[in-house]
Amino acid sequence: MESVILQIAARHMRPLLIILSLVVLYRGHNEPGGGFIGGLMLGAAYILYAMAFGVAKTQNRFVFSPLNLTALGLLIAVVSGIPALFAGDTFMTGEWITLFADTVAELKLGTPLIFDVGVYLAVAGMLMLVMFSIMEE
Amino acid sequence: MILVLPIILPLVFMVLLIFTRRWLFFQQAFSLLSAVALTVVSALLLSQVATEGILTIQLGTWPAPYGITLVADLLSAIMLITTSFVAVVVMVYSPGFIDKERQTAGYYPLVFGLLMGVNGAFLTGDIFNMYVWYEVMLTSSFVLIALGGSAEQLRGSVKYVTISFVASIFFVSAIGILYGQTGTLNMADLAYKMRTWENMPYINGALMLFFVAFSVKAALFPFFFWLPASYHTPPVPITALFAGTLTKVGIYTMFRFYSLFVVQDVMFWKLFLLIIAGLTMSVGVLMAASQFDIRKILSFHIISQVGYMVMGLAIFSVNSLAAAIYFTVHNMLSKTNTFLAGGLVFQRLGSYDLKYLGGLYKAAPFLALLFFIPAMSLAGIPPLPGFFGKLFLIKGGFAAGEYLITAVAIAVGFFTLFSMIKIWNEAYFKKTPEDAQKAQPVNRSAIAATTLLAAAVILLGIFAGPAMELTHQAAMQLKDPYQYIDAILNQTSP
Repeated sequence: MESVILQIAARHMRPLLIILSLVVLYRGHNEPGGGFIGGLMLGAAYILYAMAFGVAKTQNRFVFSPLNLTALGLLIAVVSGIPALFAGDTFMTGEWITLFADTVAELKLGTPLIFDVGVYLAVAGMLMLVMFSIMEE
Repeated sequence: MILVLPIILPLVFMVLLIFTRRWLFFQQAFSLLSAVALTVVSALLLSQVATEGILTIQLGTWPAPYGITLVADLLSAIMLITTSFVAVVVMVYSPGFIDKERQTAGYYPLVFGLLMGVNGAFLTGDIFNMYVWYEVMLTSSFVLIALGGSAEQLRGSVKYVTISFVASIFFVSAIGILYGQTGTLNMADLAYKMRTWENMPYINGALMLFFVAFSVKAALFPFFFWLPASYHTPPVPITALFAGTLTKVGIYTMFRFYSLFVVQDVMFWKLFLLIIAGLTMSVGVLMAASQFDIRKILSFHIISQVGYMVMGLAIFSVNSLAAAIYFTVHNMLSKTNTFLAGGLVFQRLGSYDLKYLGGLYKAAPFLALLFFIPAMSLAGIPPLPGFFGKLFLIKGGFAAGEYLITAVAIAVGFFTLFSMIKIWNEAYFKKTPEDAQKAQPVNRSAIAATTLLAAAVILLGIFAGPAMELTHQAAMQLKDPYQYIDAILNQTSP
């Protein structure tokens, strides 16, 4: 099915959805959001694209196949547990650093965020993997 | 830290295997090495638990009743090392048996997904976390059982998936009830509250839901029907892996939960489990006697053997528990071994149906020997481990005064011998039938794997004394749940 309206919409929606998914990912630690929902949004961006342009063309845009993306996400999630070991805590303990403290741009970064990035990639990859194989039928 | 490794390592291995899924040789070599590494880690864990007692760790440093606890006592450690050893054997066996399409379609990553779930279930000290590990394990097994997508496999996997989902519903509702009652998910905390609070309604209801969930997984009477309907469909290494690890997780969980949570109406639970054990043993063995497919006979025997383990659990004396744990280990090894030996027969003569098999004793005596050892072990012939397992179970039964179940156990032993002799007579001893296929060469690595496992079975029989000593200690820990509760709730350092 070729629809010009859908194609134009998908082309413009994709970057917006990706940025939004990153925002949702970042705010997830203290507010509604997080890796899972962000991952769903990232996946949705590419599924919309695949609906408009077809699965083959969408997959050409990837450096990483969806399955590899899932695997990478899992790996990042595991790695996020390791910094705690260097700090002398148990595996998976949350370790935090604050950048630019006491300024407007105060930025709190920690291992739970890395874990969330892992979830984000894994969910997005899995969603695309499932949807693409259904759409290819 | 070593407590985390049996869960984290399979995950990392799985990820690496996903990245390299197209490189067949790398997959084979790397998964073998990984399984060996896992066995080494489990051995270290076992030795540490044996010397230092129960080990615990609080993931993410969240304190005990709130955070997720990983805990290893001797039972967990014994199950872990047996599982990883079975995995090593299956990894040696698989390259020469499973076709290339299946091997590159994600067989190896899925095996490690399965191992992660199984190890997680052995180590966790939190009932909801246990449920999650069950799901990890089940999801991998769903794909493994359907991998390749032949019509027969899909028929089997539909039954398997459906019944597993139903069991999961039971499992999670039981967790919900307990959480609603006590406000805790930590197993040690739950066990402590059950022992100290005066009135706790709905506990038996929750425990019964747990029982249904685990008895579906372990294939106990009356929830065993899915196992013979699905286990014979995938390639033999997958069945062997399932038989050796998956069904035994259900048994492990029953041991753990019975020891921790059965405080009310102990007499009822004992009687109930004894009846279930007796029925499971006898129904499984009788149904096996009427089958003619090697894999189906062996599948029904999984059921009957599980009955013995539950019998040991239900009697719940230190001796019977020790015997049941020893029996479980023996069964994981011997059962996997018989399946693998059945696979060798299939490679040689192209069939699992006893009608089209024969003459293997003369044509391939070594293959015959490889089946003979685990089969006689399952049947309970000395000096193989099955004999000691059954002997001590029966002794425990007599000592506890449970004569009826003990009589059933002895009778079932004879029927098991009958079934094994049936396979032996038909496949190995009788003359090759006219319509049998021409003999094909059997893969060497598959033979090597089966030999390795058969050697392990023999060693377990020879070293039955030290092994029983170890399981005896494990049984003492199970018998005294306060050790477990103490280790988790009163940990001083993280």
